[in-house]
Order: sequence, then structure tokens, then C-alpha cells
Amino acid sequence: MATLLEGVGKNTLSYLDYIGNLNVQLWQTLRALGASLPLIGNRYRWKEAVRQMLEIGVDALPMVGLMAMSTGFILAMQGASELRRFGAIHYVIDLVAVGFTRELGPLLTAIAVSGRSGSAFAAEIGTMEVTEEIDSLRVMAFDPVEFLLAPKYLAALIAVPCLSVVSNLCGIFAGGLFMFFSTRLGLVLYLRYVLDSIALRDVVSGLIKSVAFATIIAHVGCLEGFRVRGGPDAVGRSTTSAVVRSTFLVVIADAVFTAIFYFTGKM
Amino acid sequence: MPIISIRDLVVEYDGRRILDKLNLDIQQGETMVLLGGSGCGKSTLLRQIIGLERPKSGSVLIKGNDIGCCSPAELNRIRRSIGVAFQSAALFNSLSVEDNIALPLREHTNLAPSIIDLMVWMKLLVVGLEDFGKMPPKELSGGMKKRAAVARAMALDPEILVFDEPSAGLDPIVAADLDELILLLKQVFGVTVIVVTHELPSAYRIADRIAMLYNGSFLAVGTKDEIRASQNPHVRQFLDRVPDDMAKTPAIPAFFERYLEEN
Repeated sequence: MATLLEGVGKNTLSYLDYIGNLNVQLWQTLRALGASLPLIGNRYRWKEAVRQMLEIGVDALPMVGLMAMSTGFILAMQGASELRRFGAIHYVIDLVAVGFTRELGPLLTAIAVSGRSGSAFAAEIGTMEVTEEIDSLRVMAFDPVEFLLAPKYLAALIAVPCLSVVSNLCGIFAGGLFMFFSTRLGLVLYLRYVLDSIALRDVVSGLIKSVAFATIIAHVGCLEGFRVRGGPDAVGRSTTSAVVRSTFLVVIADAVFTAIFYFTGKM
Repeated sequence: MPIISIRDLVVEYDGRRILDKLNLDIQQGETMVLLGGSGCGKSTLLRQIIGLERPKSGSVLIKGNDIGCCSPAELNRIRRSIGVAFQSAALFNSLSVEDNIALPLREHTNLAPSIIDLMVWMKLLVVGLEDFGKMPPKELSGGMKKRAAVARAMALDPEILVFDEPSAGLDPIVAADLDELILLLKQVFGVTVIVVTHELPSAYRIADRIAMLYNGSFLAVGTKDEIRASQNPHVRQFLDRVPDDMAKTPAIPAFFERYLEEN
């Protein structure tokens, strides 16, 4: 019994320590973020941020688009099979449109970015730790947080919400295709119904979630990289851990945000 | 005044003492070799000197400034006067060799790009890599990587050059080339050089003074001849390449005796 309690206590402290480290790192990054901004910051950091935006955003477009279309199709088909029984198949439009803008678009994007970019951040920084490149940055009077993390964070803050919007559009388009083939509803009319069913606050709540997810993915990925000690096997473990932990925290954050929006009447 | 002063330096990891009250002065323009076997604490001492870690107690003074308790801005100012060539070279694989060298110049100076290009070419020329500037570090041999790391360490014309195991993993000819490069840099630029190594021929070739570390303490500090003449048993064991007494680990002979009896 004592061992069980010890284990629970140890794990709780370890998670609290991890969350504390994430917060410290977030604070350090926010302080260093100015250096990555265009015009007022360091042009090399901004250049790196743009490169990261292309990697996080543009390179992930086909994957996120295809995932969103598949999920939009699945959602429409599953919704239609139930709603058809009540003669309410037109509610599929609301289900897909509202479901994607509020929830599925940001969540799917976050899961895709976590798998692609979160793991890449951990691998890149972890390898740099192992090969003494981080030490090398420090002794050359560079702040690793400003040099490595801030451009990635800025890129994620811009790319993930943009990807979420693309994901919303793809999911809604897939719903439209389903409605066209199952009920011969024209795409223009479908889009009109979509615009009637979603409100601006739905889009804004989705974008707020996207920003939170981007923060989680960038910081968990980089923290896992900075925590690497040892050799290449530790880098492998850190990439796995980055994906698992960021996906877990994204889902928890999603639940928290959804509850906040629900109970404050914003949904 | 010495350029580097180490005063009563104590370093502990998880309660285990790694460096025990070290005292050492390194004079401007001299080459100090930190010599010792594996695990004796020489890399830990190096990390203290370049300000990567903070000591439990004691201090490291660079030009009179205690790098353990100065502000981050002050620490960065001091770091710009130190060039470090790491054991693994630690070149940025995402950049070409010349971009690696240009990085500190672009970020820490206001020099025009054409001047930076010229300076990078000069650094590459000094280390004999003028034809390899456009290459990514992963395409260089071990010796070339170390030379490129030296060129990058020299980028800001530092007063102190630090080498961590420069000969590790290199064949004797390339290692000797690197020793000559260190001597040349000292002669031409008048820098203070600190070299961490366990390679005796290299230490004898480049050192003005040698500090011999054993179990976190200095056994002997002196010129090459003084170290050679030392009668300290641990120094002699290191210099004469005498293996540790097997009697200290009785389990191993006992294991083999038992094994032979049983078979």
C-alpha cells in the first residue's frame, strides 16, 4: 500500500514538475518572442520562423486536408444514418459545419501537427543536445530559447490556426459532397445552409483552441528535446514522448476549453 | 594578473564530489593542458571555465569577472572573448561550414556581409579548409570537422581558445596536424589556449604548463619537464601507462580462478 501511494505521489510530483517546466519555458519564450518578429526583431530569427511556417503549415496541407475530408465524410455518413430515420437529414449540414468549426477542425489539425512537427522539434533539439550543439550555442553567447524555440513557437502560432481553417473548409466540403451524392443538394445551396448554421463565435472559439494547441505542441516538443540526456536512444524516446504528451495535453486542453465555452454560454 | 583564476572550486553532482577545491591560475598567452584519465573531472572543469555550469562553491574568474555570479549580459560579453572547439566539433549540421563560421559574426557584429565573407575565408584559410566552405559539415572527415570547429571558435578573434579532447578519434598524423595548428594559432594570434586531453604526446607538444587531474584534484601543476620529473605515484602511473592493480578488484581474478577450476 505504501509503495502504491509512493508511486502515485512520485508520479504526481513528476507531472507537476513537468507542467512547471513547461510554464517556465513558455515565459522565457514569450520574453524572447520579440526577436523573431519581422521589422522589429532579428531578421535571421524571422527568416527561420518563415521556414518553420512552411514546414509546419504548407508541408502538412495535403495530410491535414485529406484527414479533414475523410473525417467530414465519416461524420456526414454516421450522422445521416441516424438522422434519416427521423427525416432530419438536413441537420447533417449543421452537424458537419458546427462540428468542424468548433471542434474537429482544430483537433484534427493539432493531432496531425503534433505527429509531424512536435516530434520533429523534439528530434532536432534532442540531437543538438547530444552533439553538443546547444552547448556550442551557449558558449557563442546565443540564448537557445531565443535561437531555437521562439521561431518555432511563432511559426506554430501562425501556421496551426491557418491549417485549422483549411481543415474546416475541407471537412465542410466533404460534407457537401456527401449531401450532393445522397440528396442531390447543390453545392451552392449547401454552402448557403452552412453559412446560416455557423456563427462567427464558432470560428473564433475554434481559432482560440488552435492557438492553445499550437502552444502545447511547440512547447512540449521543444521541452522534450531540451530534456534529452545521453545518446541517440534518448532522442528516440523524446520524440515518442513529445507526440504522446502533446496529444494527451491537446485533448485535455480541448475538454477544458469546450467546458469553458459551454458554461460561459459562448457555444 | 592571470587571465583565468580558479579559486577553491567545488563541483558536485547528486551529492557526489566531482571537483574538490581546485585552485589554478592561467596566465595570458600561455598554453595550459588539463591532463588526466577518463572520469577524473577534466571535462567538468572545462564546462566550469566556459560558464556552462555553476559550481557548488568557489569561483572561476575570467579577466577578474566571476562567471558564476555575473549577470546574463555580462556572461555573454565574457563568452564572446572565449572560443570553444568541442570534442564532437558541434558544428550546426543545418548550415554549411562557412555559415557556421559566419554565424557569430553576423549575429554579434555590425560588419558588412562582404567583410564577413572575407573574414570567414581568412579563418578557413588559417585552418586549411578554404576549398570546403560550401560543404555541409556531415560531408567532412573527422579531422576536417575539428579544423572547422577551430575556425568557428576563432571567428570573433577571442582572447582565450578552449579545446576539448582535440585529438580524440583522430589518427596520429591528423592529431599531430591539429597540434601544429594549435601552436600556430598561439604564435600568430597570441591567444591563451586551454586544452583538455589525455593524449600524452599531444600534451608534451603543445603545453607551456600541464595541470594533472586525478579524482577531482590537481596532483601536479607545472611545466612539461616538471611533470615528467614528478615522482607522485599516480602521475607516474599515468605517464608510464601502468594499469591499475588487479588486486584492487579481487572479484575479477577470483572469477577467472573459479571459472578455470570448474572447466
